Amino acid sequence: MALFDKPAHVLHDMLVKKEISSQELTADVLGRLDEVEGDVQAYITVTREQAETQAKAADAKLASGEGVSFLTGIPGAIKDNICTKGVKTTCASKIIDNFVPPYDATVMTKVNAETPVLLGKTNLDEFAMGGSTENSAFHPTHNPWALDHVPGGSSGGSAAAVAAGSAIWALGSDTGGSIRQPASFCGIVGLKPTYGRVSRYGLVAYASSLDQIGPLTRDVTDAAHILNIIAGRDEMDSTSSAAAVPDFTQALRADVKGLKIGLPKEYFTKGMDPEVEQAVKTAIKQYESLGAEVVEISLPHTEYAISTYYIIAPAEAATNLERYDGVSYGERIDGDDLVQMMTNTRTQLFGEEVKRRIMIGNYALSAGYYDAYYLKALKVRTLVQQDYLDAFKKVDVIMAPTAPTPAYKIGAMIDDPLQMYLQDVCTVPLNLAGLPGISIPCGRSAQGLPIGLQIIGQPLDEATILRAAYTYEQTQDYHKQMPELGGNN
Amino acid sequence: MKVTKDDLETVAVLSRLEIPAAQQDTYLQQMDSILTYMDNLSSVDTTDVKPTTYALPMQNVFREDEVRPSLDREAALSNAPLKDDNYFKVPKVLED
Repeated sequence: MALFDKPAHVLHDMLVKKEISSQELTADVLGRLDEVEGDVQAYITVTREQAETQAKAADAKLASGEGVSFLTGIPGAIKDNICTKGVKTTCASKIIDNFVPPYDATVMTKVNAETPVLLGKTNLDEFAMGGSTENSAFHPTHNPWALDHVPGGSSGGSAAAVAAGSAIWALGSDTGGSIRQPASFCGIVGLKPTYGRVSRYGLVAYASSLDQIGPLTRDVTDAAHILNIIAGRDEMDSTSSAAAVPDFTQALRADVKGLKIGLPKEYFTKGMDPEVEQAVKTAIKQYESLGAEVVEISLPHTEYAISTYYIIAPAEAATNLERYDGVSYGERIDGDDLVQMMTNTRTQLFGEEVKRRIMIGNYALSAGYYDAYYLKALKVRTLVQQDYLDAFKKVDVIMAPTAPTPAYKIGAMIDDPLQMYLQDVCTVPLNLAGLPGISIPCGRSAQGLPIGLQIIGQPLDEATILRAAYTYEQTQDYHKQMPELGGNN
Repeated sequence: MKVTKDDLETVAVLSRLEIPAAQQDTYLQQMDSILTYMDNLSSVDTTDVKPTTYALPMQNVFREDEVRPSLDREAALSNAPLKDDNYFKVPKVLED
């Protein structure tokens, strides 16, 4: 019996009932990894020995029955921009390809308290900048549903691993869609919590006012459990929210009677793939038949969200990435003096997209352009957020596609950065407004590529989007389907 | 063009990056198309609109100012490309 294709909550029950051991489960997932990794290339680092040791320790715990938690003994993977003590954390960049964190991110401290099995670190666009995982300095990751297609990004490795069965669950980070869009492209569940819900301590910073860590999972139930584990105020991140954390598994009930769903007309416009539009509208009809009420709404500043995001995020990135200067960690390329050493290091070791964003960011922040670009973007950000707050006076959740198209072919957009940025139209507004969002599978294109439905919630109201997502999930079986893979090693 | 070669050079220096001559045209062209697209912001009326730097309303966050354990020196230096005793080592900054 294969185990790699099951969600964590099913495996947890099997482990607790002693139907399987963590060592059997880990061997099964590692076997699957060996079978598919040559094709999918989801990982940067595989920590096989660590996984086997952790599985043994988890089995001891399961045998005693004491201190068993949801993730105990269940193999997962971590995006390689989340610091893991003693395990290399590269951000898919040559500039820190040798960085071994001397500390754990807060999410890792919380996850490790569950005694899980950690299989390794997953691939991403360098420093999480991109939507296709093609910007990794090491290798692209391939979509498990169509290997010549991108898995999305930047958490493409995490999404592809969960979709392919080479991890049961994963953590990713979302600055402008980097959890939700790869979840959509790979046919899995991806949850971006409210800004501040999860500590960012130990997440390598890209754009600090937008970054947020969240789970990528097989189904909604697993997403709720993992959010329970990682959420909460953290002294080490002063922007983390002090709001009480509810038990998100209480939201896992099939009930949308009377739920008011807003459909923003600005999200269903030109450029949307007809198959995506069809799948999303069919899902919305399903909600109506389950007793939800659908209302058309307007978010009038949506058309400015891309510009706003691609000024603010690069401006913050330009500042955050100043630290990669060849002095305190990472690689160094020598130079005649200090400035030349720093310039050589950065010029030779940052990838093209990272350099482009640093340049755009510093341009927008520089004297003479600050008011026209950066300050203007911060003001429009207020208006984008206000649109949502106004809409939430009338509706409980907002639904939209996660991405305007299904996954595209590797290389299709790599030479046209603006075209690539425009793909983020459905996801970046949430980050600007700090809202939670979840992507769940809601269909397939004629070609068999997954399509995602995005459910957007009010600040700190992950419970309602989880309930809405769970309710829909009970009516279909996209989340139970696995891509056909293997045998090409 | 919105971005001139001079702009490109200034921003490259600010960024501690060198843009090789062969790539300058590509950079100019890509930055220009991105910044031209962003001009759509100028049509938004932002009179009296306050800027948002963080999405959640957040005031100063305080904690007690007390001594507590932090990363030890060896761990903090463990990833240094070059170190000397308890210091990060860099090329000479001051002339003799």
